[in-house]
Amino acid sequence: MSKHVLLVEDEPNIAEAMRFILSRDGWRVSHVAEGDRALDQMRRDPPDLVILDHMLPGLSGLEILAALRADPATRDLPVMMLTARGRDRELAERAGANRFISKPFSNAEILAEVRALMDPA
Amino acid sequence: MSLSALTGTRLREHRLAAGRRQADLAAAAGISASYLNLIEHNRRKVTPEVLDRLAGALGLDRVALAGGADAALIDGLRAAAGAAAGVAGGASGDGGAELDRIEDFVSRFAGWAGLVVALDRRSQGLQRAVEALNDRMSHDPHLSQSLHEVLSSLSSVRATAAILAETADLDPDWAARFHRNLHQDSERLAAGAEALVAYLDAGSALAEQGIAAPQEEVEDWLARRGWAISDAELAAGLPDEVAALASLAARSLAQDYLVRAARDALALPEVALSEAVAQGGADALALAARFGLDPLVVMRRLAVQPALDVGLVICDASGTLTLRKPAAGFALPRFGAACPLWPLYAALGRPLQPVEAGVAVAGRGGRNFRVQAWCGVSHPEGPRGPELRTAAMLILPGGPQTFGAIPVGSSCRVCPRSACPARREPTILSEGA
Repeated sequence: MSKHVLLVEDEPNIAEAMRFILSRDGWRVSHVAEGDRALDQMRRDPPDLVILDHMLPGLSGLEILAALRADPATRDLPVMMLTARGRDRELAERAGANRFISKPFSNAEILAEVRALMDPA
Repeated sequence: MSLSALTGTRLREHRLAAGRRQADLAAAAGISASYLNLIEHNRRKVTPEVLDRLAGALGLDRVALAGGADAALIDGLRAAAGAAAGVAGGASGDGGAELDRIEDFVSRFAGWAGLVVALDRRSQGLQRAVEALNDRMSHDPHLSQSLHEVLSSLSSVRATAAILAETADLDPDWAARFHRNLHQDSERLAAGAEALVAYLDAGSALAEQGIAAPQEEVEDWLARRGWAISDAELAAGLPDEVAALASLAARSLAQDYLVRAARDALALPEVALSEAVAQGGADALALAARFGLDPLVVMRRLAVQPALDVGLVICDASGTLTLRKPAAGFALPRFGAACPLWPLYAALGRPLQPVEAGVAVAGRGGRNFRVQAWCGVSHPEGPRGPELRTAAMLILPGGPQTFGAIPVGSSCRVCPRSACPARREPTILSEGA
């Protein structure tokens, strides 16, 4: 069975493009656009990887990350954050993100980072 | 005057500079040569009378000899050494300056000492300016919003374009969809980039006049007009002057200001107002009662009458100043929060109750003013919606010393009253400076 990635991203066109490239790479992709729905969705359908945008309506990416790291069930869940600025990256690193991608990213970068995160060897 | 420990050293230097022998000078001042020798080596205190005679014999001013004029320089040098210690973080704690020899330095090189103090002040001023600019860049919501918009649409364009370019077997339905997305996002990208360029262009123009927030821009415009806009001009509007303001935000604030001023003018026209002021004076509370008007309307009208030199400050419920019309002698903060002792804030905490007080502005030559303050409450979205407060304080010339006047300042950092119980942060001035 294919691995499951949850994409938390409020820009519909970015989400659509990422869903396309990840699906072609063999992932099952689910997507939520609002931060406050992300945690519910994770409980209902636990992912193997979360790709989290930094700026989201509702709950911010950092708040979601903090909630994930505080919960024993999701403490070790791999999280990749999409950030725009240098300072945000520092905050995300401290909050416990595993990987970062800066906007504007290339599709090849996304796939390389996702593969590196899921298969560290 | 206190005679500093190094009066003797200074005396000796002046004597040597004048080419006089100890015995000559001692004789001219009517003291023994051995006593002068002890004085010159700072081993005997010199009385003011003897110092007068010595100074007279050398053709000098006693103040210069005693070093009384150097006290400000010494303070300034200590402050500079303290600031340098903060920068260098030296283990010595004074940035390497010989604090124990300050008096010696000032007495020998008064000019250099003055230069060090002046440079220290300048470097502190520049540091504050850099901090203000930095704050404005990193906390400017408009800039960060524009950048976010550009980066988001650019990300989408890049990802979508790459799919279209690199996917050989792309389903036609998907291809059509990605083409549509690409078109949408390129439009968004163009709009975002234009907004960013417009913002940065406006920013560089403003940098030449100093850095101005939209509210400052509007206030500068009103100040150039002497804050006077006639009723006829208000009725017609001032579209050309509003359009000439540099930033979109300032144009929007100026338009709001004019709309409210026009409404105020209809409620209380120039002619009626000036007649009433001629009879009863610029008393906003009495005029509000007489005309049956909101005191805020009367205060705003009084503040812009060219014949009266009155100031006006208006704040919202957070205490943020939304309008600052200065009165001569009553300094208003250009940035940041104001003096918490202003009766404006007393009114803010007691809506719909008149506040009247005499205030004395801190600092040497601080003037007295009479102030009237009032806070109005409104519920623009109905009684269950948020409560908005608007407080205003009219600043009227106070005439002679008012007994029991409240001591007030402009803002803590530039207020000389160091022992103020309401102080938020240390001052950069010293008492009476």
